[in-house]
Amino acid sequence: MDFLNAIVALSNFVLVPAIAYGSQLALGALGVTLIYGILRFSNFAHGDTMAFGAMIAVLVTWWLQSMGVGLGPLPTALLALPVAILGCMALVLITDRLVYHFYREQKAKPVILVIVSMGVMFIMNGLVRFIIGPNDQRFADGERFLISARDFKEMTGLREGLAIKTTQGLTVVVAVIAVALLFWFLNKTRTGKSMRAYSDNEDLALLSGINPERVVMYTWLIVAALATTAGVLYGLDKSFKPFVYFQLLLPIFASAIVGGLGNPLGAIAGGFIIAFSEVTITYAWKKVLTYVLPDALAPSGLVQLLSTDYKFAVSFVILLIVLLYKPTGLFKGKAV
Amino acid sequence: MKKLLTATAATALLTGAAFADGHAKEVKLGIIYGFTGPIESLTPPMADAAELAMKEVTDSGLLLDSATVSAVRADSTCIDSGAATAAAERLITSDGVDGIVGGDCSGVTGAILSNVALPNGMVMISPSATSPALSTAEDNGLFFRTAPSDARQGQVMTDVLMEQGVKEVALTYTNNDYGKGLADSFQQAFEAAGGTVTIAAAHEDGKADYSAEVGALAAAGGEKLVIAGYVDQGGSGIMRAALDSGAFDTFHFPDGMYGAKLEDDFGSEIDGSTGQLPGTDSPGAATIQAMGEANGFDGTSSFVGESYDAAALIMLAMQAANSKAPADYAAKVMDVANEPGEKIYPGELAKALQILKDGGDVDYVGATAVELIGPGESAGNYRQYEIKDGKITTVKFR
Repeated sequence: MDFLNAIVALSNFVLVPAIAYGSQLALGALGVTLIYGILRFSNFAHGDTMAFGAMIAVLVTWWLQSMGVGLGPLPTALLALPVAILGCMALVLITDRLVYHFYREQKAKPVILVIVSMGVMFIMNGLVRFIIGPNDQRFADGERFLISARDFKEMTGLREGLAIKTTQGLTVVVAVIAVALLFWFLNKTRTGKSMRAYSDNEDLALLSGINPERVVMYTWLIVAALATTAGVLYGLDKSFKPFVYFQLLLPIFASAIVGGLGNPLGAIAGGFIIAFSEVTITYAWKKVLTYVLPDALAPSGLVQLLSTDYKFAVSFVILLIVLLYKPTGLFKGKAV
Repeated sequence: MKKLLTATAATALLTGAAFADGHAKEVKLGIIYGFTGPIESLTPPMADAAELAMKEVTDSGLLLDSATVSAVRADSTCIDSGAATAAAERLITSDGVDGIVGGDCSGVTGAILSNVALPNGMVMISPSATSPALSTAEDNGLFFRTAPSDARQGQVMTDVLMEQGVKEVALTYTNNDYGKGLADSFQQAFEAAGGTVTIAAAHEDGKADYSAEVGALAAAGGEKLVIAGYVDQGGSGIMRAALDSGAFDTFHFPDGMYGAKLEDDFGSEIDGSTGQLPGTDSPGAATIQAMGEANGFDGTSSFVGESYDAAALIMLAMQAANSKAPADYAAKVMDVANEPGEKIYPGELAKALQILKDGGDVDYVGATAVELIGPGESAGNYRQYEIKDGKITTVKFR
């Protein structure tokens, strides 16, 4: 019984939140890594692209809610997601046409594109704030919990509760679907293959008749879809606040780099590594150990490896170690 | 040093002589606020309120030998200690003020106190400096404030929790001066009162995920979670994650966590949670508001009541000491501010002056229910509330 309690406590406070957060990071990191792999620059505007997509979803959700349309137990935002993805696609294509296209024609160095993307980041940042404002917005509805801590306790008679939010379940499911679709697209379809060819060797791809502008366009479309999905899922699970998406950029980049920039598998692994390291290293093991160990050995302190103040330091220490020993990341991405 | 002291004392005497001794027809009070700088939008109504108190006293003709009170404004800049010190120096040496209302921000107030007020033996009453450091600053009994020290809230919070029988809490604070200072003062007070703080964990505002923080807080456990943060920042994120994971059901909120969001976003989910924020049900607050309307300033703006009270206290102390020399009336400030005596509200300064003239006692309540404690600072008034059926319900004022 005590062993079960320990497992439940651990799942409730470590496994479930870390898996959900890891999926959100993985979706974000996939977008970053695709841009890096195919367009060859680090897109700092990614966090704000997510914010923009999520913002459209929020607005459409509000409109749907006012019309009385809903999905029952599921959040209405899922209905709004396709519209939001289309809106976000339009935004990134316009940005590409107005900004990045110019620099591509000039064959600008990646470092210039990085700086350009920072400029784009600030503009998108301003755009989102201008449209929806800098405040927290609530748009989640439907059933909040798949299972709430209280219900779980009553059902099992355990002392520890396990809560799984609908949004957490949804995040994982949608992330799995999105990743499966992405891999199918990259590996099986003609466009996907041409994208990978372009990523591997630009000149060779051009020689074999691949239209670079088409590849670029498809990349942006996929990135917009991924970013919007990540943004909406994150907003549903936590809350929608433009500034937080900007803050999300750091862990997302850490994930993509740890996994290996340019490698989709690496992005997913990186997302989970960063999420788990943030949550587990700073977790206070007191409760779990009290259940598992005999009374005499039960800890009186918190048994916390590091105070939560250092959780960001942890992800970046991992990042540094990986870069020192495997500069291309765990999954052999491109060198940074 | 001795020479300097004698020299200053001599200067003080001379200036005193120049404007007549002790009893006088004219009293000058310096008002040193940040009329330029980060709080320049707050200071004009504050200064207006202080001047209103002076006008009230002048009109009554009851202070000392029916003296007129005039104000001399000076700019503290709120942030530039050098400029503030120079401005205060000017108030004393060239304007020859008999007391200083100010400073406003804690940093410049400390600088004026140690560099100017102490060497010159000048009384200062600040309406808005709230740094705990000023409680222990050397002041020779010359410095007072009508605003409570930030450390005071930790004590009040402890009292509220102890009264509910809560003995064990987890504590999280936003990682800045406000959060850290409040958390430290609370932890100190709570442990001194016999309570246990199981964990004190910082959180950063505006971060993507708070599972790690909530995990640690839940593992440490406690009857309530105290969140010394901001309701529209990380505080809400922590609360949401703690509720969702079933880690904590009830919370305690210091002032930064008070907001409509508690009702809008959380409602009855957090029934039984408690909190406190500065506030008073004293009728003085409404009076100063009406007086502000009549005289063209906003009586609800921050620290306006405190500012009126600061000026009023100086003048009442002068009347009680029957002298405008700072050395004489400094000791009387606490007497007029506290019990025993007739309660005095804003607009009743004439009545107070008359009572003091006749040798009676007053207990100045003023706009902010002034009660000076310890080293001459306001005890502060707090509104204690509870979340009942999803609504913020006032329990009482303390």
